[in-house]
Amino acid sequence: MKRILVGIKRVVDYNVRIRVKPDASGVITDGVKMSVNPFDEIALEEALRIKERGAAEEIVVATVGPADCQQQLRTCLAMGADRALHVQADGVIEPPVAARALLKLIEREQPFLVILGKQAIDDDNSQTGQMLAALWQRPQATFASKVELDGEKARVTREVDAGLETLEIDLPAVITTDLRLNEPRYVKLPDIMKAKKKPLETLTLGALGVEQRQRLKLTRFEPPPPRQKGVKVKDAAELVAALKSKGIL
Amino acid sequence: MSQRILIVAEHDGTHLNPSTAKCVTCATGIPHGEITVVVCAADSSAVASQAAALQGVARVLAVNHPANAHLLAAALAPQIAAVAGPFTHVFGPSTTFGKDVMPRIAALLDTAQISDIMAVETATRFRRPIYAGNAIVTVEVEAGAKVVGTVRTASFQAAATGGSAPIEQASVNAEIPSHTRFVSVSAAKSDRPDLQTAARVVSGGRALGSAEAFQKTLYGLAAKLGAAVGASRAAVDAGYAQNEMQVGQTGKIIAPELYMAIGISGAIQHLTGIKDARTIVAINKDPEAPIFEVADIGLVGDLFQIVPELERLLG
Repeated sequence: MKRILVGIKRVVDYNVRIRVKPDASGVITDGVKMSVNPFDEIALEEALRIKERGAAEEIVVATVGPADCQQQLRTCLAMGADRALHVQADGVIEPPVAARALLKLIEREQPFLVILGKQAIDDDNSQTGQMLAALWQRPQATFASKVELDGEKARVTREVDAGLETLEIDLPAVITTDLRLNEPRYVKLPDIMKAKKKPLETLTLGALGVEQRQRLKLTRFEPPPPRQKGVKVKDAAELVAALKSKGIL
Repeated sequence: MSQRILIVAEHDGTHLNPSTAKCVTCATGIPHGEITVVVCAADSSAVASQAAALQGVARVLAVNHPANAHLLAAALAPQIAAVAGPFTHVFGPSTTFGKDVMPRIAALLDTAQISDIMAVETATRFRRPIYAGNAIVTVEVEAGAKVVGTVRTASFQAAATGGSAPIEQASVNAEIPSHTRFVSVSAAKSDRPDLQTAARVVSGGRALGSAEAFQKTLYGLAAKLGAAVGASRAAVDAGYAQNEMQVGQTGKIIAPELYMAIGISGAIQHLTGIKDARTIVAINKDPEAPIFEVADIGLVGDLFQIVPELERLLG
């Protein structure tokens, strides 16, 4: 079966204003809206479009995280994924652990393509896809804004600092998505009902043979230093004067 | 204990990218550190001598291989992993180049990675932004582990030149895969300064209304100021500006002397990209726009009247 594996992460919704706990032990996540990481939604949307074009037969969505992640997996099933895999684990999941867990799922599922978001908007690490590709010893095309499949190969356009770079990669491979790859569809109510009947399998890191190691200690969380309060000017002439007095012009 | 830091050079085959000089400055913050820059290229001679001139660099490793004509993560990572053995730290810039290759290196070395290092506290303790810069976390690496990290370039000045480190040719015993091939890169050529490193940046948002208005309104002002031109995500999504002009959490993170946000409301994701700007000027017709909360100088009004007036005043 021609299968695409999509990795997703449950994160604090991008509209939530982040606040640091007073004891500096983390950020406040209790009672905060959680969502599928926006870049991962783009990854799933791309997989669904590939399937709708007839170039894939099954879309499997996977995540590593606590029991609550099943809400986000259900959202992905409602978007159109065929099956979900939940690797249950509590506590901090560092990218090397997530990558190793996904590698085990690849060995089980034998996808011809793995798509992930380019970064999670909580830790902003941007590591899991690249680490997975390294461990799998397969190509990576990160920050993709266009994906064209052509038999055993893919042509991927990447958003890089200089502009747009195009790579040709052999499949199977890992692709990570940038913002402009596509615009994810909205989930419709009947699809949410249908998603409840789709298969969602729960696994554990232990059963996959992956050690949940935390190698980076997160010792202190702080809010960013505030900027000094600025001044208001009333027209262009005052603006020029203000810039001159600051020595900028 | 002495530390040996390896920095992966970013370059285009002829020029060393300024991001590398910023990594050097970050690395000089590590006590008792000795800095080596590794240049992987098809012909490394020009870039290696630029790296050797950076103050603080003790040694340059030049790795010449035809596969390095374009720097591809899949080809580069095994070469860097092969030379990384004796080093305590492996750093690269947090640019699209470094973000692509460094985690691949970290995985080959079986280590975790610290992304976007903004401050060095000790050889094993660093600070980095998370949640689009809305929180700063202190990260400590377990004792004895190799530290792989990307350096947030906006947090560090470029190292000065004038040094003369020795250049050593290194031959690398690594299997370089052929499963990933470079096809092309298209960059919009412009005479304006580079957005990532410019001292002044004029940036436009959705309020510009069209690609024509974006160009017509901002490019003249940018020329008067000798500024690079940036854009908000909304402006890029609307097609007013190219993707490489995007400033923010998922675009470029910049630290110019002067940042002028014109018709940009100031979403959190945009503010992340400009937090380190020395002076932020905001021009917006909405007095409640969040951009005014971070602006050093705010001007409420119609940008289509203010900007031409500004251009005229600048002579």
